[in-house]
Amino acid sequence: MDEEYDVIVLGTGLTECILSGLLSVDGQKVLHMDRNDYYGGDSASLNLTQLYQKFRSTPPPENLNLGRDRDYAVDLIPKFILSSGELTRMLVHTDVTRYLEFKVIAGSYVYRDGRISKVPSTEMEAVKSSLMGLFEKRRARNFFSYLQSWKEEDPATHQGLDVNKCSMKEVYTKFGLEPGTQDFIGHAMALYLDDDYINKPARPTIDRIILYTRSMARYGKSPYIYPLYGLGELPQAFARLSAIYGGTYMLDKTIESINVDENGVFTGVTSGGETVRAKKVIGDPSYFGAGKDMAEGGKVRVVETGKVIRAICILKHPIPGTDDADSVQIILPQGQLGRRNDIYIAAVSSAHNVAAPNVWIAIVSTIVETSVPEREILPAIQLLGTVVDKFVSVTPLYAPTSPGTEDDVYITKSYDATSHFETVVDDVSDVWRRVKGEELVLKKRDVELAA
Amino acid sequence: MADETPMKAVQVKLVLLGEAAVGKSSLVLRFVQNDFNENTSPTIGAAFLTQRCRLENRIVKFEIWDTAGQERFHSLAPMYYRNAAAAVVVYDITKSASLEKAKAWVKELQRQANPNIIIALVGNKLDLVSDTPSEPPTDGSEVERDEEDEETTPKPAESTEDGDSRQVSIAEAETYAKECGLLFFEASAKVGTNVNEVFTEIAKAIPLDTISPKPAAAAQGARKPATQAEGGVNLGEQQAKKGGCC
Repeated sequence: MDEEYDVIVLGTGLTECILSGLLSVDGQKVLHMDRNDYYGGDSASLNLTQLYQKFRSTPPPENLNLGRDRDYAVDLIPKFILSSGELTRMLVHTDVTRYLEFKVIAGSYVYRDGRISKVPSTEMEAVKSSLMGLFEKRRARNFFSYLQSWKEEDPATHQGLDVNKCSMKEVYTKFGLEPGTQDFIGHAMALYLDDDYINKPARPTIDRIILYTRSMARYGKSPYIYPLYGLGELPQAFARLSAIYGGTYMLDKTIESINVDENGVFTGVTSGGETVRAKKVIGDPSYFGAGKDMAEGGKVRVVETGKVIRAICILKHPIPGTDDADSVQIILPQGQLGRRNDIYIAAVSSAHNVAAPNVWIAIVSTIVETSVPEREILPAIQLLGTVVDKFVSVTPLYAPTSPGTEDDVYITKSYDATSHFETVVDDVSDVWRRVKGEELVLKKRDVELAA
Repeated sequence: MADETPMKAVQVKLVLLGEAAVGKSSLVLRFVQNDFNENTSPTIGAAFLTQRCRLENRIVKFEIWDTAGQERFHSLAPMYYRNAAAAVVVYDITKSASLEKAKAWVKELQRQANPNIIIALVGNKLDLVSDTPSEPPTDGSEVERDEEDEETTPKPAESTEDGDSRQVSIAEAETYAKECGLLFFEASAKVGTNVNEVFTEIAKAIPLDTISPKPAAAAQGARKPATQAEGGVNLGEQQAKKGGCC
């Protein structure tokens, strides 16, 4: 281990693996380590044995008849991939799609007045949908055709609204949309977790609605795709990209210390009694004192920004009211529950090779608002029917206290409560900018001939 | 190109395993380059190499995955083994330790991979031992087949006459391979001896049903075909460059 690296990356979560892959392609010499003996960190997918070990420290109970261990790949973080989103672009540009297979998530539902309805994916479905009354449908259609024809460079399509300046509230008002429809647009389409967006400039919201409709149009059924064998495949694929470009991988390595010089600037990492030197370190918050009383090296490098509750539920039936879908997303908008933040349900099944036949894995998640988070998610749990087993965790989210440019310690963010990976890609771009001092530009990967 | 027949190529994922420097990549390179076109030379950034193997009743298209060095610190991802229908475990016949390593990889495959995986054990660097048969077996890949008649086959001389370099005798490796139900070959990536035979025999050994492009085979063994069946998506460009990039 006496080589020197350009970058040491700690933790093999998706964010770190994407960075590792991109940096290796960029020609940097990367050493990537993880304390676990598996890939994925917090964004891993676990088999049954690993799942029960993690949450209960016991083997899976036989009496539940859950089937073969190896049939399972249970995600720890519930997220889907927006099919026209940034992660998709990254997957295609880096060519790691060669290692992965994707399937469309079969349905997208939204909770309203105590029951769930399908989010319309076509004009036809919208007309039949019970979500809106007749007149409201017409107003909504006007709004959507406005979005469709909207072009930045053509003021005639703006209908007098400067979306970079005016708030989303003004846009809603202009089209006369009812609160219920606003709820639907803001939460089921723009995928905001809370209502803060309403009073902010409309542009980002409009961009998100366009992303949603574009994703929806790509494969139908839902705006989401999902990798066979679980989300844990994503970090593995990017890790392979890194390895192919010379990245070195070491799992099952306890990190004893992150070393800095007298000015506090990063010098290397000590693991297993050996010290490896490198110019920079990138890692997830858990390697930099997250959750510990004692800050790493006497310096507070990460702060808690909130808490997420996630309940992994094992079901032996599809979620009621979803037409026996093999996979769904259900959004419970905050307004419907008297909350500040939406609750999400993400369900997948053996159709995605993540569970034994006839088993569904549904993960309920939301941002914690009270001291009894488990009670907060009850309305969602009640939609699931009989739950065979349930693993609940309340996880603090961390963010770095500094950009890292001063000490060459670059820390990523925890995986948030959103239903997709857009913020993960934002974090990747942000870390890249901090590490490299330039914007991340995705180039189509060339196959270079070796010297 | 052999496109005139109605035979469809079946795609088979094949993974390479073995200690560093036993010649995993060069073995594949020999195989892939000997046949014309498609991927050309050793590449940094090659996701995997592909090569077709034509048998009388089918065409097998191998998608060959290299470890990319991830085996060095035992950090191969489960993805590597996923849906592999075949594995080539390589050792160096001039290094006895490399056979021990190969045995460990075989165990790992039995633990991690598809239970029906076809494993070939290949002793590479046959060119380094002094009296190899001067002519590589020209026609018929039957020569080194380790099935019924392996008692009568040992053509390359036993270790006594090999001078200093050989450290693993044919008998030792072959006995082990037989015990574990592996195909067995000694080969030289450098000279080309037996390289095609390794892949041809693997292609023959792969049961047709596990790779037939039927939705039924979705769960194990079949890769690409399963996707298109139901709800599978293809993320764009990928398809366009199949079968001959650059």
